Amino acid sequence: MTDATPPHEPVGARFREFQDGVDQPDGKRRGRGDGGEQLTVPPADFASYYGRPILKAPVWKYDIAGYLFAGGLAAGSALIGAGAQLTGRPGLRKVGRWTALGGVAASTYLLVHDLGRPARFHHMLRVAKVTSPMSVGTWILAAFGPLAGVAAVAELAPLLPQHGVLGLARRIAPPVGNIAGLAAAATAPALATYTGVLLADTAVPSWHDAYPSLPFVFAGSALAAASGVGLIAAPATETAPLRRLALAGAAVEFVGGHQLERQGLTSEPYTHGRSGRLVKAGRALLAVGTAAALVSRRSRVLSTISGVALVASSVATRFGVFEAGRVSALDPKYTVVPQRERLAENRSTAPL
Amino acid sequence: MPHANALYGPLDPAPDAGYENPPPRMGFFTDTSVCIGCKACEVACKEWNGVPESGLDLLGMSYDNTGALTANSWRHVAFVEQPRSVGWATPAFQEQPDGPSVSPLTAAVGARTGTDTGTDPGLTPGSPGAAARMSGGPEFLGMPGGQPPGRGSGAEGRTDFRWLMMSDVCKHCTHAACLDVCPTGSLFRTEFGTVVVQEDICNGCGYCISACPYGVIDQRKDDGRAWKCTLCYDRLGAGMTPACAQACPTESIQYGELDELRERAAARVAKLHEHGVPEARLYGHDPNDGVGGDGAFFLLLDEPEVYGLPPDPIVTTRDLPAMWKRAGLAALTMAVATAVAFLGGRP
Repeated sequence: MTDATPPHEPVGARFREFQDGVDQPDGKRRGRGDGGEQLTVPPADFASYYGRPILKAPVWKYDIAGYLFAGGLAAGSALIGAGAQLTGRPGLRKVGRWTALGGVAASTYLLVHDLGRPARFHHMLRVAKVTSPMSVGTWILAAFGPLAGVAAVAELAPLLPQHGVLGLARRIAPPVGNIAGLAAAATAPALATYTGVLLADTAVPSWHDAYPSLPFVFAGSALAAASGVGLIAAPATETAPLRRLALAGAAVEFVGGHQLERQGLTSEPYTHGRSGRLVKAGRALLAVGTAAALVSRRSRVLSTISGVALVASSVATRFGVFEAGRVSALDPKYTVVPQRERLAENRSTAPL
Repeated sequence: MPHANALYGPLDPAPDAGYENPPPRMGFFTDTSVCIGCKACEVACKEWNGVPESGLDLLGMSYDNTGALTANSWRHVAFVEQPRSVGWATPAFQEQPDGPSVSPLTAAVGARTGTDTGTDPGLTPGSPGAAARMSGGPEFLGMPGGQPPGRGSGAEGRTDFRWLMMSDVCKHCTHAACLDVCPTGSLFRTEFGTVVVQEDICNGCGYCISACPYGVIDQRKDDGRAWKCTLCYDRLGAGMTPACAQACPTESIQYGELDELRERAAARVAKLHEHGVPEARLYGHDPNDGVGGDGAFFLLLDEPEVYGLPPDPIVTTRDLPAMWKRAGLAALTMAVATAVAFLGGRP
């Protein structure tokens, strides 16, 4: 734990420090160079059990924040791959399909790695439960992953020889890849947005209260990140739709994210502290990336810069939202104050 | 066909989970007005269930050195000191020197302590500001004084005080968020209406830990799985009383059929009110509350948050249909945005 006595500290040091505080009834601290600083006491606006958190903070590691990004990127890229396939843009199609496969492979690794018992990951497949967004997500991934894989591998067809059994595979691969690509794209929006429910369906105050916004923030962020990768990697002649898509993603994320700051006290972690800085950085990068994408028509350099900004924006947003939830679970304020307000409201409106 | 109240509202959980003619719903009524803080329940639980050691350290916040319910502490005895007497009784320390027990600084220091419980998140340090606020206000809580009563404050600063003790435990909710969100089916509803983790199924995904509105369930670091009170499922099946209730020397922890416990609790509150303890109230007894009523409910002598309980918990899955709708709308928006982006530029 964070407060375990370091090995170099003499036995009882922490107790003596504690005792120093106890012996000073006016709250002045002796020693340790605090200069007799007086602890100012804010008004007692809510009660708690010695300031301890009521909730258990999420035990998910940064794997899950990374998964939110990688899963979103995979979903957005699958949509782009299908769009490019249907509008005859083979270069963009290839980038979309490979990014989708890379994203979903990273997602699967991160999800399994985060488990307390990774060797039991397949226990997720014992049941299908609509009340568990994680179960729903498992099945969405189980559908999306193989489809994205087939679509990407089909891009290798031109490398196969013209004749023989492999020649047959070379002729069959493109239509199979097209069907798989479209099917992956059909499940992609679910993959990108269920993660909003995954976070919201918890007791974590800042996540739960944000349930109307989170799917939209994540949908927008997924489109922005996938457009970003496309702008970096796809041939410049085929990226026109990506500029419009980045703009659409930014619009969805800004409209959804706007609500995050308007949900009362539990908005605070989205605007303050490290989590707040990450969310703000995500917004700023999104604005810069979208603007750069719109003016980058002829400039390869500007396209790349905008792509990097869009991808970075998605990373910052995911980690910011993830961190905001942890912060809100660790301080009893975010649990007690909104529940007290709700009780007071119910009492004032209840029939006598 | 799921019950109309499958996610929220009054419900008998065992039949809803598919049991035909289940035994009556069993539970705990923990009457904190007779708890003496002996922690026999914590010890008995550890002994019977083979729960590992959860850190032997002084937290320096009160006589409670367990700190919280964790994967390695399935019962937790909370200890609170407050500067007021119980009910209308003669102040216990009248004529005795008895100064304030804690300063804001002490409370702030106490809130920062932790100990290695061997679990994740286990016992996390609290908010020093929140702890200091409590000790600075009229309802200060904290470590009993580090010096003889009255020495620091003088006779004129003396106050009366009371001790609150409460043995906390898993609430075995009617609508259990942990069970609803479990993606492996490891958490299940027993025929007694309680909620139990199957340790051979749990893969340590951690979803239940974020979902619990009471902060009960927790993960063991060394084995990665989630653990919590089983309400001694093995003993219940054999018609025995759970270990904690069996060990409780004051019958503060009472085990029995939930309906009967609710009647008993209502009578106990009425009696306490009659005897001049107007602050006695029940917590978690109401089938119309945010979790459909708790299988383990409490008689408290102060607001729930003073004991570290949420004042108005609501099962997160109440809002799940609305959440899926929003996600569906967002998914549709995403698909339309992509279609427009690819088709929009074409003449």
